[in-house]
Amino acid sequence: MSSVKTRRDVLGTSALRPDGPAKVKGEFDFTSDLHADNMLWGATLRSPHPYARIVSIDASSALKIKGVEAVVTSEDVPGQLTYGLISSDQPVFAKDFVRYMGEPIAAVVADHPETCRRALDAIVVNFEVLTPLTNPEDSLNQSVPSIHPDGNVIRNQKIVSGDITATGPIVVEGDYVIGMQDQAFLGTESALAIPDADRKGVEVFVATQWLHEDQKQMAACLNLPEEKVRLTLGGVGGAFGAREDISLQVHTALLALHVGRPVKMQYGREESFFGHVHRHPARVWMRHHATAEGKIVKIEARFLFDGGAYASTSSAVLINGITHTQGPYKCANAIVDGYAVRTNNPPCGAMRGFGVVQACFAHEGQMDKIATAAGISPVEVRLLNAMETGDALITGQIVESVAPVARCIRETAALPMPDPLSPNAHELDLPGGSGLTAQPHNIVRGVGWGVSIKNIMYSEGFDDYSTARCTVIDGKVTVKFATSEVGQGFVVLAPQIARSVLGLDDVVCDTIDTNIGSAGSTSASRQTWMSGGAVDGACRMVRERIFEKVAAENGLNPLSLVIEDTDIVDSMGTFRIPVLQAVQGSVFSEEFEHHHRATEDLDDDGQGNCHVAFAFVAHRAVVDVDPELGLVKVVQVATAQDIGVALNPLSVTGQIEGGIAQGLGLAVMEEIIVQDGKVRNPSFTDYLLPTALDAPNVVASFVEEYEPQAPLGAKGVGEPPCISVTPAIVAAIRNAVGKDIPRCPVRPQDICL
Amino acid sequence: MSNNEFYSLTVNGVQHPVQDAWVGESLLYVLRERLGLPGAKGACEQGECGSCTVFVNGSAVCSCLVMAATVVDTEIATVEGLSSDGTLTDVQQAFIDEGAVQCGFCTPGLVMAVHHLLDQNAQPSEHEIKEALSGNICRCTGYGRIFEAVNTAISRRQENAR
Repeated sequence: MSSVKTRRDVLGTSALRPDGPAKVKGEFDFTSDLHADNMLWGATLRSPHPYARIVSIDASSALKIKGVEAVVTSEDVPGQLTYGLISSDQPVFAKDFVRYMGEPIAAVVADHPETCRRALDAIVVNFEVLTPLTNPEDSLNQSVPSIHPDGNVIRNQKIVSGDITATGPIVVEGDYVIGMQDQAFLGTESALAIPDADRKGVEVFVATQWLHEDQKQMAACLNLPEEKVRLTLGGVGGAFGAREDISLQVHTALLALHVGRPVKMQYGREESFFGHVHRHPARVWMRHHATAEGKIVKIEARFLFDGGAYASTSSAVLINGITHTQGPYKCANAIVDGYAVRTNNPPCGAMRGFGVVQACFAHEGQMDKIATAAGISPVEVRLLNAMETGDALITGQIVESVAPVARCIRETAALPMPDPLSPNAHELDLPGGSGLTAQPHNIVRGVGWGVSIKNIMYSEGFDDYSTARCTVIDGKVTVKFATSEVGQGFVVLAPQIARSVLGLDDVVCDTIDTNIGSAGSTSASRQTWMSGGAVDGACRMVRERIFEKVAAENGLNPLSLVIEDTDIVDSMGTFRIPVLQAVQGSVFSEEFEHHHRATEDLDDDGQGNCHVAFAFVAHRAVVDVDPELGLVKVVQVATAQDIGVALNPLSVTGQIEGGIAQGLGLAVMEEIIVQDGKVRNPSFTDYLLPTALDAPNVVASFVEEYEPQAPLGAKGVGEPPCISVTPAIVAAIRNAVGKDIPRCPVRPQDICL
Repeated sequence: MSNNEFYSLTVNGVQHPVQDAWVGESLLYVLRERLGLPGAKGACEQGECGSCTVFVNGSAVCSCLVMAATVVDTEIATVEGLSSDGTLTDVQQAFIDEGAVQCGFCTPGLVMAVHHLLDQNAQPSEHEIKEALSGNICRCTGYGRIFEAVNTAISRRQENAR
């Protein structure tokens, strides 16, 4: 069936995932598949109100239900009562107030999920319902009472750059609205906690993006030393940012320690919508000043991110948004004001693209307006302004990364266009799909563009290092790291790195847990660079030890030795020995921490080298629209992405196609509807996700220019695919129907009314 | 939760007694939590995502929507039963080879859906493939590699049939 293996699975090949066979057979252990002897189930009582004072909690009836072992509330939290990624402002359990619909109030532990459900129903909470703060503009009003002790403004930051009086003959503005998107990973939140016999420690298997950050926050809330909270990555069914914050980690461990038995918690889909943060809904106003030819002279902008009830990563999302105001374009002058605010809406935080999605939707709308005013095409205006390596951002930071913006645009433009819609088109190819809702002769086609810049790694002085260990015993290589494998494929990349560096082919990944230093988060497109750098560094250290041994045994200079495929050779060409033979009977083990270069905070004028590196991408979308019904079919997305080098082309393609589907979702269908602070569509029936029938034909081109700053020459590829595809699709809809649609997702009424 | 219910289910050709089950338990719950067959995944509990796809008397169903006690006299097949000797089926191998697996949570359901499609229709058109898979949500891949996997499985079957 499978072809004879003729190549080594080294860097640059489309090596296949080691977890593939288990996953296709249904044998891969996702966290939700885990069991322990004597295990109980936990469940969470959540607030039905977006804002209320808790008057009383009475769990006595719940405790009488057969099978219920315990009910815990904030009274039972032994340590810190709050947690949070940047500021610790979110209660483990609400104590005095609930500040969003779905906020945890108590947790039960029982013998069966159904017993848990009945127990939750039996807990009586008396609320004094309060009027929620749901309009983020009101959060800026000093006279509106604070809904949280930390105040209603999470962060405000300005950027003032160059000549703020500069202007030009072209002035265009827009007021853009971006809806609240859900990460909608398939594997809902899940954890299994097994308490130590003395209840002074706990082992936790959890689906997360960052084991060590969970460990730190959990230990503080549980009042345990960090080493007593031992985390192992359970199989993760996708993440996309939603597993960066604590969800059920503290609750599960707390229940297990409370009853002295293993406890499993697993959210259902509805609870998952309340259990994790979402992409920030935002309002972004921009006014661009340009020359008559269409060159950007100055940008004015205002960002308002609705952070919801708790801070999560809102302050970092804000900085990402405002520092990407200009997009991948040259711009000297700017004045930007940005706010992330608190409301009684669902908390928002990390999602793929992290603030840049919102900025890009606005700046790309603006680029098309400049093009129209200057009488040039969307491609011409973007090429005219395209950023290059060495250009300064409006923060004053020089872009040192490879910046092939013009090449991304040109290569995208060169990709083939789809065939025109046939008058006899199959119904599944029409907007609206089956049921013959749309007729081919009513359909109008549009083409739109989006280009983006995305920072990779963490910013503003944060040292998000990664750690890896490489151990070679008798030629068998084990790489150890705490890098969360959430589906992206680090478990295939890490062995590829080891094979390339060491010339050995038998490589396995060790268990992913907290028995090694932090890897940082699987987010910000950073693990190929950071954990890839750590694995590369550890393997290189082992290689040095091997060279030293071989040199000593053969009277050679270790500095003269290199790996050539699977052999060690010396530079004179007189010595050659297979690596496998050279390491027989020996043990080598080395650990390496990879740190990126230091970054700095922004000053009051938003100036500073706050980001590490940047990646770029261009998207061209072709859509068919039924203007009367307001239905859209995304026909094709063409893209050329700046990736550095393709370490695993198949994985890169997977990230590109998957990111495009998520960006399509935000463009035309995905939105958490929140009315008066209440989520109206917390299910896959009502929150629409792209299906096989919605997926566009994707034509992709890799722009490969080795990134000298990156340890492997490769940039992260996870986020860029989903950023500029959304504005490209919306621009295509505008192009098709001739309407200025300033929001995403585009709803039927935005097109036809 | 014991209501002292007792029934048995035939899964992958093997009879499994189900004891002390609450009668409201879904087939998905019983397979996963009582019979030790966690291959079917729960992701939406509403029949929207297809992650829990199993066959009941040869029909592909969402096991989250089926009460276990209602399928006592049927032949149930799960992803664990696709291959009896532990080797991979042609569809499973194609999923691996074409990069159709990322996080893998949707994968067992999709593998079942593709097997069901190809059992009914050995040479489906592009539209037939898309329609057949439109009940299975994948959040990672954007479906491109999944379509490739289906096409690869089809062409390998054709080659083997020659």
